[in-house]
Amino acid sequence: MITYLEAIRLAQQKALATDARVFLYGQDIGSFGGAFKATKNLAVEFPGRVLDAPLSEDAIIGMAIGAAIEGARPIVEMQFADFSTCGLNQIVNHAATLFYRTNVPCPIVVRLPSGGTSGGGPFHSQSLEAIYAHWPGLVVVTPATVEDAYSMLLEAVNIDDPVIFCEHKFLYYHLKAEKLPDTALPIGKARIARAGRDATIVTHGAMLHESLAAALELTEDGYEIEVVDLRSVKPLDTDTILASVARTGRLLCVSEEWPWGGVAAEVLARVSSEGFGLLDAAPMRVNAKDTPVPYHPDLWAAHRPTASTIAAAARRLLQI
Amino acid sequence: MSKKIAPVTQSDFVKAYRVMLTSRVLEEKLAGLYRAGMIKGGVFLGRGQEALSVSVGIQLRRGDIFAPLIRDQGGRLAFGDSVLDTLRTYLGSQLGSMRGRDGNIHRGRPRDGYYAMISHLGAMIPTVTGALLARRLKGEQGVVGATCIGDGGTSTGAFHEGLNAAAVEQLPLIVVVANNQYAYSTPNSRQYACTDLIDKAIGYGVGSHKADGTSLLDCLQTLRNAIQTAREGGGPQLVVADLLRLVGHGEHDDFAYLDPKLKKSAVGCDCVFSAEKHIIENGWHSAEELTAWRSETEEEINATADRVRREPLPDPSEDDWAALSRPEYREQYAAS
Repeated sequence: MITYLEAIRLAQQKALATDARVFLYGQDIGSFGGAFKATKNLAVEFPGRVLDAPLSEDAIIGMAIGAAIEGARPIVEMQFADFSTCGLNQIVNHAATLFYRTNVPCPIVVRLPSGGTSGGGPFHSQSLEAIYAHWPGLVVVTPATVEDAYSMLLEAVNIDDPVIFCEHKFLYYHLKAEKLPDTALPIGKARIARAGRDATIVTHGAMLHESLAAALELTEDGYEIEVVDLRSVKPLDTDTILASVARTGRLLCVSEEWPWGGVAAEVLARVSSEGFGLLDAAPMRVNAKDTPVPYHPDLWAAHRPTASTIAAAARRLLQI
Repeated sequence: MSKKIAPVTQSDFVKAYRVMLTSRVLEEKLAGLYRAGMIKGGVFLGRGQEALSVSVGIQLRRGDIFAPLIRDQGGRLAFGDSVLDTLRTYLGSQLGSMRGRDGNIHRGRPRDGYYAMISHLGAMIPTVTGALLARRLKGEQGVVGATCIGDGGTSTGAFHEGLNAAAVEQLPLIVVVANNQYAYSTPNSRQYACTDLIDKAIGYGVGSHKADGTSLLDCLQTLRNAIQTAREGGGPQLVVADLLRLVGHGEHDDFAYLDPKLKKSAVGCDCVFSAEKHIIENGWHSAEELTAWRSETEEEINATADRVRREPLPDPSEDDWAALSRPEYREQYAAS
């Protein structure tokens, strides 16, 4: 069985093996194999192409940009998504503006080990996809399955634009697949993860699995919930979302991020504006609480959306 | 190991002076256009920094990388930028390399190794470092990358991270600091506490070179040494040149905060005048010849400016408004 984390390692291995332009740069990713072992053995297998970086997120991203201008395809690892804010300037002001300003694209992939795990605390748990999606010039993806972790990372390397690859740490070990896919939906297309008729849940990342569990729970009450896995939050597949809402008439957005200006807020805005007539009830959202992500497992479990809080929200939506 | 570094010749000096002159005259034109309200954004000049800047750009080769900063009109021209594209970018011409999407000093042609700075100081140091890493991974040898910064920029995190990372990788990076005494209005006494900015070199484990930024001869020789050392595998080189910014931060700035003592001190010497003096005193060219060169340059620049002013401006209805290169990723917002 292949885990989500192993799929990420295998995608990088394949990218290195098949594309001489690819190299990896990040903290502890060389002989140590990465804080999560997402680059295990790759430094040995590809000498000189998997390089340890100093503790310098700004330099890591800046160097990736320079390398990309020179024709390389760097994949850089931020040890945790949370630390990417130390490299924010290079991502949003340099990588994201380069093509618009100079007509030279910036093909970098920035891997962000994202999202909460029990005991992670305020600085090792953040979901930052919305802030990166806010700036023009970035592609932001949030694979929720082993298959997508693999195929979307390989696709990201081949995209000429900067890609923020939000891989979810909660899925690293327990999410498994029999085999890796040969084909995949392209980045920019959402996926109906579960078909239904009574309400639509739009979600991404680890929340896909909480939402699917909630949908299963609601079948006991006779409800069939459709679950849309966004896969990429930018571009956002508005067509698939609207088509689903047209079938169900009800929308619940579920996101592990903070509520203010997040992906859920963007989906709500688009459906309210472009699909108002499709709605039988006011759309709703479930986000993490508007505080830093807490350390203690009990606090953390209450901070993030879970199958039971999602199911409770869906019941309220269905009763309107 | 190092090959002997050639001394700067008369021909090198005069060639560099001609670029300094073009830069000075072009910037005077830009200031005039600004005062006439013809430039919508800011104008940021490198008056007083031409000797240093030209010494960098003119001694790089085709295939090298150059990431200039705000006050590097001279170095830009020396590296291959043109008066035409400078004016196009300042005036927002659609035909300029930035097509009206960015302006003034934020211009470049990255594919030619001429990088377009972002305003965030220090950011180009890791960028050039990464470019040099990519060149090394491709197996290219003998190329160098140079980037310029000021005293203020040495206080940024990006300066530290970039120079340190370049040192760890032993890449052929030259960081040129124009120690021009002010970061906008902030004097050096509020910028750093080391005795001399060159003292930072030892902390990063990089080569160090100090130059008199008012002397073209010293700048040319110092940069020649630094570039050759980097090119021959000596790792990153830090160059610090002391000089004085002879204008405000931008043309909007009256420079009222300038300490008059600095103006009268050694750093206050105008490098263009001292280069002219050097040429005349050595009997290389007469004062009349130099005056004629200035007139020719002025005529050329005035003609180019007139041409650019007739060029089309960017048309909002024609712009594709695309921040991503892949068309299918461009999102459509229904109401906008």
